[in-house]
Amino acid sequence: MESKISVTKLNLYYGSNHALKDVSMEIPKNEVTAFIGPSGCGKSTFLKTLNRMNDLVDGVKIEGKVLIDGEDIYGNDVDTTLLRKKVGMVFQQPNPFPMSIYDNIAYGPRIHGIKNRAQLDEIVETSLRGAAIFDEVKDRLKKSALGLSGGQQQRLCIARALAVKPDVLLMDEPTSALDPISTLKVEELMAELKKDYTVVIVTHNMQQATRIADNTAFFLVGEMVEMNKTEVLFSRPMDKRTEDYITGRFG
Amino acid sequence: MEKTISLSSKGAVEDKVGSSNTVKEMSVKGGNRSKSFSEEFMRIIFTVCGFAAVAAVAAITIYMLIAGVPAIFKVGIAEMLFGTVWAPTAAEPSFGIAYIVLTSVVGTAASIVIGVPVGLLTAVFMSEVATPKVAKVVKPAVELLAGIPSIVYGLLGLLIINPLMGKLEMAIFADSETHVMNGGANLISAVLVLAIMILPTVINSSETALRAVPMHLRQASLALGATPTQTIFKVTIPAAKSGIITAIVLGIGRAVGEAMAIVLVSGNTVNVPLPFNSVRFLTTGIVSEMGYASGLHREALFTIGLVLFAFIMVINIIINKILKGGESNEK
Repeated sequence: MESKISVTKLNLYYGSNHALKDVSMEIPKNEVTAFIGPSGCGKSTFLKTLNRMNDLVDGVKIEGKVLIDGEDIYGNDVDTTLLRKKVGMVFQQPNPFPMSIYDNIAYGPRIHGIKNRAQLDEIVETSLRGAAIFDEVKDRLKKSALGLSGGQQQRLCIARALAVKPDVLLMDEPTSALDPISTLKVEELMAELKKDYTVVIVTHNMQQATRIADNTAFFLVGEMVEMNKTEVLFSRPMDKRTEDYITGRFG
Repeated sequence: MEKTISLSSKGAVEDKVGSSNTVKEMSVKGGNRSKSFSEEFMRIIFTVCGFAAVAAVAAITIYMLIAGVPAIFKVGIAEMLFGTVWAPTAAEPSFGIAYIVLTSVVGTAASIVIGVPVGLLTAVFMSEVATPKVAKVVKPAVELLAGIPSIVYGLLGLLIINPLMGKLEMAIFADSETHVMNGGANLISAVLVLAIMILPTVINSSETALRAVPMHLRQASLALGATPTQTIFKVTIPAAKSGIITAIVLGIGRAVGEAMAIVLVSGNTVNVPLPFNSVRFLTTGIVSEMGYASGLHREALFTIGLVLFAFIMVINIIINKILKGGESNEK
């Protein structure tokens, strides 16, 4: 198992609030890794440290090491725009830009300097195919993305993230705003995506974690309690707290 | 009275529904005349107030037409709108307002070209760049700018901009034989004063529009590796487009209608609106001549007012179109 992301002793503070405590973990390459835990346990916060989206929050302080492909992403010489190009992100609420479907996908490549029309066309098609939505939207690429259904919008956002050719795809509860059928489509998509990408997903839904994740980490009040192969974590949890949570005793 | 009271209390009503079927106690017939009278009375008050504004607009429109139209026919439409000589008190008076209209159009356009980018970027600074602490300092300053009486802008223009323009004029036209020196009271001075005056309008409306752009759009852009500047220009500003267009149109309205500030700095003679020419706007034309005008001259000034009124009406119709368009976009 090759490690893509390696986190050592990560501590994060929002002002005086110690939101992440000594989190260490190895996230394997080309697998789906899920973070579970009750609301406010720090799993989303931790996810956002992996592409430095927490930098945008005022008064945040981060200590520790996060290595992606061996590079410390909190090093002084890191360009966050390059980091975020390499580590894509899909948010909880589908958030397409108020532009056409085509322009949504082409946005990333364009800001990274691709102007060639044919090249953009190709990226748009590949990305939409990659997110399993091409057939649904191919006849309306010039139409506004806001006209799509919630599930389609979320797959569009995944396609938009793929368009900048990332290595890692972070997903912050990507199906929590979707209906069951759209959820199923996005889950099927994740199984496909891990062939080319390292996928890290935060989910509220433990069944979802068992369905899609190769590895699962359990978070509780800012601590990473336990991480293991998904089937091991759910069948033979080592920590009492994990067992209590997955058997539904709290959370 | 008692019935009304028991009905107004929800618990009591439920109680009765549950316990008995006696129609009398359940009756909703009020019979309280004083209450229905006060309702009716207030409804009339609201309606009257509601129509007061409509009546005012109607009265203004009718009066402007009555006062402004006759001169058009006495002078002739073409001669008035396309004539370039404005000499209302000459032995053979001439009432061409082409240069005056042109000055208002050019002056407004130029002040928009200068004021809108500055205002928009100020709005971007306040909503996107500045920390909350800094924004707390800038915002009251902008609001204060909006509250300053326009004549004060004129005084400052007279004190600061005119002398500077005067020096520039001396330098540029030192050898010119055709240029009439006017001590810096020229189109540029008026445009600069107008550009500053429209700032608060443009800043406030565009800031509101920018702040209304959902945070998640900015995050989506940043998460794709866009820089904050790319995000501002490619996502946030386009998403706030309709609000920003409204800001521009409101700015145009403000600039077209301004009189007091620019009458002090624009030189106030009728000329082609070239940068260093002393110029007269639609508004300043009325302000500076109404005091002594009589007869056809006075009527012609009302026609200028009518032209200005038509300008503002058109701009307002555009604003309404945009605002409606913005609403339908959101759906």
